[in-house]
Amino acid sequence: MTTQSATLPTPAAAARSKPKRELPLGKQLLYQAILLFVAFITIFPILWVVSLSLDPRDISRPTDLNLIPPGASLKAYEKVMQQPTANPVTFGELALNSLKLATGTALISTLIGVSAAYVFSRFDFRGRRLLMLMVLMVLMLPSIGTIAPLFVMLNKITVGTGPDAFNLRNSLWGVGLAIVSGALPFAIWNLKGYLDTIPRDLEEAGRIDGASYNQVFFQIILPLAVPALAVTTFLGFLSGWTEFALSWQFLTQPKDFTLSMSLWNMTGQYAGNTPWSNFAAMALLVAAPVAVVYLALQKYIIGGLTIGSVK
Amino acid sequence: MAAITRNQPGRFEMWRNRTANIRTAILYLLPAFIVMGIITFYPLVYQVWMSTTNYGVQNLRATAPAPADVGLTNYAQIFTGELPVAIANFSFWNVLVFNLIWTFTNVPFHVIIGVLIAVLLNVKGLWLKKFYRAIYILPIVIPTLVIATVWRNMYDADYGAINLFLAEVGKVFGISPEVFKIRWIDQVDYPIGWLPLPLSYFALLITNIWLGWPFMTIVATGALQSIPGDLYEAASIDGATPRQSFFAITVPLLRPAMIPAAVYGIVTTFNLFNLIYLLSGGGPLRKTEILVTTAYRLVNENRLYGVAAAFSVIIFFVLLGLTLLTNRITKATERYDA
Repeated sequence: MTTQSATLPTPAAAARSKPKRELPLGKQLLYQAILLFVAFITIFPILWVVSLSLDPRDISRPTDLNLIPPGASLKAYEKVMQQPTANPVTFGELALNSLKLATGTALISTLIGVSAAYVFSRFDFRGRRLLMLMVLMVLMLPSIGTIAPLFVMLNKITVGTGPDAFNLRNSLWGVGLAIVSGALPFAIWNLKGYLDTIPRDLEEAGRIDGASYNQVFFQIILPLAVPALAVTTFLGFLSGWTEFALSWQFLTQPKDFTLSMSLWNMTGQYAGNTPWSNFAAMALLVAAPVAVVYLALQKYIIGGLTIGSVK
Repeated sequence: MAAITRNQPGRFEMWRNRTANIRTAILYLLPAFIVMGIITFYPLVYQVWMSTTNYGVQNLRATAPAPADVGLTNYAQIFTGELPVAIANFSFWNVLVFNLIWTFTNVPFHVIIGVLIAVLLNVKGLWLKKFYRAIYILPIVIPTLVIATVWRNMYDADYGAINLFLAEVGKVFGISPEVFKIRWIDQVDYPIGWLPLPLSYFALLITNIWLGWPFMTIVATGALQSIPGDLYEAASIDGATPRQSFFAITVPLLRPAMIPAAVYGIVTTFNLFNLIYLLSGGGPLRKTEILVTTAYRLVNENRLYGVAAAFSVIIFFVLLGLTLLTNRITKATERYDA
């Protein structure tokens, strides 16, 4: 970041007798000390988890701190891959459930949400403000805020009888519906925030040239909104991937369990004799895929979040 | 708003355009509002009805009898704490007060630390800027679920990294490692005698500060980079000290960016279910329970669906109040800037 040498010295600076250091050494060292300390605190939990996950000793609890544990290996990852918890499900099955939930809810809410966002961003009609207010009100309420009615309503829907009966509440479909209930208003609002920032010139030109609203939407708006669609889908995916409360309340069959439920099963008092090295490997496996995508999209995401919250 | 009103070729065209406008609007809104109608708005209405009944486990089956109408009993019971099933240490008012304390002690830390570090990182000629930026983003990109479970283990009294680390540091000063068997999560006694907040509150606060400041740094960095350097030059020519420049230039020009970010932080922190539920579990003795975790327990543990519905309706109004309050703060500061 030290590109300062490229700028020309101003007359005032040139008039000074000596070429001065941009930042005096004393201050530089002080700032470095502060920032290093903050960096240490920031990275400490991450280093702890990483080193714990490499611990091959299979002891149930760590008794000392090691940056690189003696005999570091990927054994904990192997064990987690086979069967992370006492429940008879593999990591693959859990990951597939989480993937289904996250992908399904994210795609549905973005696809349905974008056309509504387009209307709120570009059309004016009687009742627009009222409808927007309705969306905003549900957006305000966290997903736990409707867990009681969703639970009892979805629980009433059962197909078939006996042990093979399909209960909507006790299935990934039911959890998915409950997640979409909160994700859709968010998608609408987030996408509207982005669409508001797209200039109207292109669509107006298109309208004058005789394009229909459908053509404008599909051929002008959607291509321009691709980054926003990607970010909204990713944020939806992230909330589905890490969704905990609804799944924990709705699902009772181990075959439907998700990664986040299993991670909690391996934590604290629930962990039983599960070695913490397994917990650490699991935590990293849950976090890594979404963290990598987040890093790639961070520029778009953080701008969008605050825009969405004010407008 | 409508683009069509600008050019008016003829009455018929106008009429066609106008109906096309409305027809398209309805058509494009329909999918979202049908879906939300069924799984969002209808459950909300249903919830209001549920909140006036004694809905319980006995009413769960599809063939079960409808619950009895109890009027506003659920609300009264929530406010007095005398629920149909006795829940130890249940108090709506304590939870509400703690929820507000929790929110308004967290966000100032996030904003102040976030801005200070953004300012430090913006100093010209500072080494390793990219390195620090790469590390400081990490708390944002890791899911809160993972952060909460990892910190839960880190706070473990016997095996947690925090006590182990403190013991290592203590060794240097000759302090016995036994001193650092701190029971971060379940110690009931207040660490600061006159302050009725348990140790787990401080554990949550530490974790959430760790979690929350980097977002503010990113927002502040964006705003800082748009402040023209001439302003500082002019101020320094006029003899302003760095401290004076900070309060006269940096702070006012950061304000428009930081206020929305702080509002976003307030709403997020107020409803931070995953962190509290997974880290302290609301304990000890429900002293760190917030509104959403309480509502969840009413469903998940106590199975008092009617009471839980009433509780959620109350949460809705509390959030409405909070939103109006934050809007007021935002508006007030807008005037300040104008």
